[in-house]
Amino acid sequence: MIAALNQLGPALLVTRREVRDQFRDWRIILPIFMLTIFFPFLMNFTARQALGFVQRYGASIIGERMVPFLLMIVGFFPISVSLVIALETFVGEKERGSIEPLLNSPLKDWQLYLGKLLAATIPPLISSFLGMAVYLIGLARENVPLPPTDMLVQIVAITIVQALVMVSGAVVVSTQATSVRAANLLASFIIIPAAVLIQGESILMFWGNYQTLWWAVFGLAILGLLLMRVGLAHFQREELLGREIDVLNLRWGWSMFRKAFTGEAHNPKEWLLREVSRTVRRLALPIVLVTLLVAVGAWLGTREVQHFSLSLEQGGLVDLDERLNSALSAWPAFALRPVLIIWWQNIRVLVLSMLLGMFSFGVLGVLPTMATVGIAGYLMNLLTVNGIAPWYYLVGFIIPHGVFEIPAAIIASAAVLRMGAVLATPTPGKTIGEVWIGALADWLKVMLGLIIPLLFLAAAVEVWVTPRLAIWLFR
Amino acid sequence: MAEERIFAEDLSKQFDEFWAVDGISFQVQAGKVMVLLGPNGAGKTTTVRMLTSILKPTRGQARVAGYDVVRQPEKVRGSVGVLTEHHGLYSRMSSVEYLVFYGELYGLKPRVCKERIDLLLDQFGLDFARKKRLGEYSKGMRQKLALVRAMLHDPPILLLDEPTSAMDPESARMVRDAIQKLRSAERTIVLCTHNLAEAEELADQIAIIRQGKIILEGDLQEVKAELMGPPEYDIRLAGELNGQMIELPEGVTLIQKGSNWLRVRVPHPESDNPRLLRRLLDLHLEVFSLHEVPRSLEQVYMHAMGQPEGRP
Repeated sequence: MIAALNQLGPALLVTRREVRDQFRDWRIILPIFMLTIFFPFLMNFTARQALGFVQRYGASIIGERMVPFLLMIVGFFPISVSLVIALETFVGEKERGSIEPLLNSPLKDWQLYLGKLLAATIPPLISSFLGMAVYLIGLARENVPLPPTDMLVQIVAITIVQALVMVSGAVVVSTQATSVRAANLLASFIIIPAAVLIQGESILMFWGNYQTLWWAVFGLAILGLLLMRVGLAHFQREELLGREIDVLNLRWGWSMFRKAFTGEAHNPKEWLLREVSRTVRRLALPIVLVTLLVAVGAWLGTREVQHFSLSLEQGGLVDLDERLNSALSAWPAFALRPVLIIWWQNIRVLVLSMLLGMFSFGVLGVLPTMATVGIAGYLMNLLTVNGIAPWYYLVGFIIPHGVFEIPAAIIASAAVLRMGAVLATPTPGKTIGEVWIGALADWLKVMLGLIIPLLFLAAAVEVWVTPRLAIWLFR
Repeated sequence: MAEERIFAEDLSKQFDEFWAVDGISFQVQAGKVMVLLGPNGAGKTTTVRMLTSILKPTRGQARVAGYDVVRQPEKVRGSVGVLTEHHGLYSRMSSVEYLVFYGELYGLKPRVCKERIDLLLDQFGLDFARKKRLGEYSKGMRQKLALVRAMLHDPPILLLDEPTSAMDPESARMVRDAIQKLRSAERTIVLCTHNLAEAEELADQIAIIRQGKIILEGDLQEVKAELMGPPEYDIRLAGELNGQMIELPEGVTLIQKGSNWLRVRVPHPESDNPRLLRRLLDLHLEVFSLHEVPRSLEQVYMHAMGQPEGRP
């Protein structure tokens, strides 16, 4: 414990120096001061006026909900300064060359990272809390009812996690820029989602769904931790000084991608037999994780029957015979068109998974597969609660093509999950871009070499075999 | 034999497809000043960054102060003082605040830190400006303060990357004098520069780097001899030669002669020069003066740079 605290010492030295430096810069002090003192007064005035106005029309609930909403806004504005400080403290030092003596010191990478992270977070947060205090004191003086304590705690928690997300996001941006100008351009990747987030939180506040707001706090905390992990993974001396990364080099990007995609293969056969199988082996752990998540999805699906119980008619499970026959007439044996439609739909879903995963560290990329299996689990349990053994349906409707489709979806989701995971994993000597290009090449490799052929097989079985098997079983 | 403080073997660094440093090997003993000479982009800064464990070598190995640069990076960084090309000062701090910050980072006790700061600021003539903001310092003062920062924890090894680049002559002189003061039997200094006069003034040994490779290395005299042949001597005679043929001792070569002077190449001056003088006296040619023809490092450098790839 004492050793761990001793390790924190150098990080806190960096924090102290940076904070002291910030308080000597009027360009940082002035906005913080304004947002701490004047802005809360303005919000105070707005709250009073709004309350008075809406009460005249008997819509006092809007006024009541505006008080905590404005408190959240008062807290948010000072922490938006943290983004500027973070960019300045990470990229500004890099640009001015003052980071090099720090890198030459015995500081460990994480100590330097943590010191700077705290320096960018603490002053705006203090300013934010002071602003909130000024706002609340102003309300109390005007006898405006204050929000309950648990809501105050919730808003403080939201403010803290938002600061954490913005600063840790800014650090990730900083690792990919060698100038403040470039970092400011990249910062829109943080500002825009943060603005959208505030809008979402506003809706929850006016809606009065405060329980859901805790989920937002939880989600943001996870996102903040993930971003910190990514920042820490890529805040390395080697990356900070070793290379010029502001230049968009498409040729380099393409050559990296091609190299990762083709690997050591000299021909398509070698690529398929060696490279694709090697990539699938690399995905072993994510495959296990996605399989577990899919199992959880199925279990959650079965549980949902308790909340959303349907009759068989509503579930579309009556007149099966007739419906299967009409499916058979629409899908004659060996007709290619329905196969292609299903094939294309499944590919589209997996591409969408990849796009979702790209912006969520791979997490949302697993959702479509989980949801699909979850729906299947729901339907199976629906049959059970309606007194019908689900196994016939499982064998007749899911298993024949599912044996190809489900593993394919699991492997594709695993590749997406890995794409997110590698970003948060230290990879010495590689930038985020290089790591990500490699993971994207892996995804495409398994898609082309394995998933897309499997999906075609699944679609063919789904059109040509499944309906006939189902008819045979249910006749 | 003096203790080896820096050891590099096949040290290499690749960025994407480009080898910034390609298989360099050298050693520097305690008490020596080694100068890494080379044009911009030759790989000097990358070499220093590998020696300070900022960059991991792609190939090869290096030990600094007995510590491996890959396996013991914190130990390495604790043992070296580095002056980078950019001084890296914080303009809103005073020199004392700045140095106290670095003293704490290097784990100096407050009393020791204060003593070192007082001593070094005094030694480098910066005491008068100790409370001034660093933004108000001149370029020379900033560079000297950066040198004080590098010296603060009294490291056995100093790595100085372009310490006088872009400085006016007076400031550069100040910094060179300061480096001279840092020479000691216990301290090893590696200096990267493309200033040949500076290198000649400060170097015990030099290594010339070109395109990431060391093309020439050794002590100054060795390098000169290797590249430009044995030293040359001018002999001034008291009288005229009058067309007299002179049979020189074995190994000594006549390069040029005038009416009352000779220029000779002498492979082993310690043994050849006394024999040469005796021979001239035997011929009743009285010697007025004998001195080595100066060969500047610039000549050596330009010669080396003019060579094709590899060792000349």
